[in-house]
Amino acid sequence: MTARALDPRRLAGKVILDSLTHLGRVTTLVGELVRALGEWRVWVPRAMAEAYNVGIGSLFIVIVVSAFTGAVTAFQAGYQFQSSLPIYIVGTLIVESVILELGPVLTGLILAGRIGARWAAELGTMRVTEQIDALESLGRSPISHLILPRVVAGMIMIPVLTVISDVVGIVAGLLAGRNALPLLTTADFMLGARYYYRPFDGWYSIIKAFTFAAAITVIPCYVGFNTQQGAEGVGKSTTRAVVATSVVILFLDAVLAKLLLSP
Amino acid sequence: MIQLRGIRKAFGSQVVLDGVDFDVQEGETVALLGPSGTGKSVTLKTIIGLIRPDAGTVLVDDKDVWRLDRAGLQALRSMIGYVFQYGALFDSIDVFENIRLGLTDEREYADLGFARERAAECLRLVNLPPEVAQKTPGELSGGMKKRVGIARAIAGRPKYLLWDEPTSGLDPINADIIDSLVTRLGEELGVTSIVVTHDVRGAFRVADRLALLMDGRIVLQGTPAEFLASTDPRVHAFLQRDRDTTHFAA
Repeated sequence: MTARALDPRRLAGKVILDSLTHLGRVTTLVGELVRALGEWRVWVPRAMAEAYNVGIGSLFIVIVVSAFTGAVTAFQAGYQFQSSLPIYIVGTLIVESVILELGPVLTGLILAGRIGARWAAELGTMRVTEQIDALESLGRSPISHLILPRVVAGMIMIPVLTVISDVVGIVAGLLAGRNALPLLTTADFMLGARYYYRPFDGWYSIIKAFTFAAAITVIPCYVGFNTQQGAEGVGKSTTRAVVATSVVILFLDAVLAKLLLSP
Repeated sequence: MIQLRGIRKAFGSQVVLDGVDFDVQEGETVALLGPSGTGKSVTLKTIIGLIRPDAGTVLVDDKDVWRLDRAGLQALRSMIGYVFQYGALFDSIDVFENIRLGLTDEREYADLGFARERAAECLRLVNLPPEVAQKTPGELSGGMKKRVGIARAIAGRPKYLLWDEPTSGLDPINADIIDSLVTRLGEELGVTSIVVTHDVRGAFRVADRLALLMDGRIVLQGTPAEFLASTDPRVHAFLQRDRDTTHFAA
């Protein structure tokens, strides 16, 4: 690599140009998705099958991660709450942590890995084996046949999985909290849970889930759809899809917290 | 009629097509020959609107492919069947569903009974038994995949068939079967075909005319006899290996 290529200004310029190019293409893809909504006979049956794959297929890992997260939060609370703080605060801590942050973010990151990688690899393989070209050559839209069903399935199932994750995390937190803090009763936990809970907290969790779902569905499909250069390209696309989606989820998490939770 | 005028295409700094002029008349079979990597498949993909050329025009029935709107391009694609080099079958669905996707008329696609009959008919045309319809692409051999790809391409009764390396990777017996299919489908269905290949022997068997693509340009278009009589050293060099080992029926 030449010194010219390593010039920080050139590198920064390249990163900015590449980012703007991807942003433009993703925007175009979203426009194509909206246009393809009219072809419901094509995408609805495929979306149902994908929804089953996303929902049922991801349920086990979402429950396992949520349960352990809720439990560990409770154990850590038990470790820290050796002071004079009222014990019902454990309920507040667990419920607010899980609903506002851990449930949606961890579910999003898990699904970015599980379904994001799968979709990027599937679409990438279809690209390099000319299956997407074949679909186009038959006068059929790859958007309505391949991408829209995945996006719709994800937009429906990811919020559902997030709600399940929230519930499992809280229940696991309650059970682990009672184990870690013998004085903690279910009534104490519920008191703490209700004391600081606002209905908006639940909505915030769902808003996050929908926002993350958009990233988890659109980014891997975009990356996979634009795969190049054979098997190596599929590998690169899969990695790129997971990394990009995870980074975008964390970025959106910060943006949403600032926009919706700042006093 | 298909006409390519001054087609140029570069990928980065690599110029693949550098002013390709190429005509195909109705009802004829033209073989587009050339060494590997000279842009034969790229040429085919510009015709069906899969790869946009940097310059030049592609006319199909006097319509400029790259000036068509979405509906126009869809209509154009419905009258062109494309046979991909490795079949490009959709591996998540069975052979029947693959062929059904080739039914470009939406009413025919929606009519399941008609689609089953048409799939069986297309399989018969490519010498495959109807039971193959229930198999998935993963259960098929390379030759069978190619033939299912052909069945899918002809399911919508196209006016034009574009064949991308139909015999590459096949043993001589399967290659001969595919060559016979190219000829027979041309005769039975009356389609106009462009066959991209570097298989000289097969090209001489199936084509009415040949075109040789080298260094981004068509260096010669003509009948098999004109090719054999050519004194162009590039044509001579390309044909030499097969000329030594086989007999061309010019």
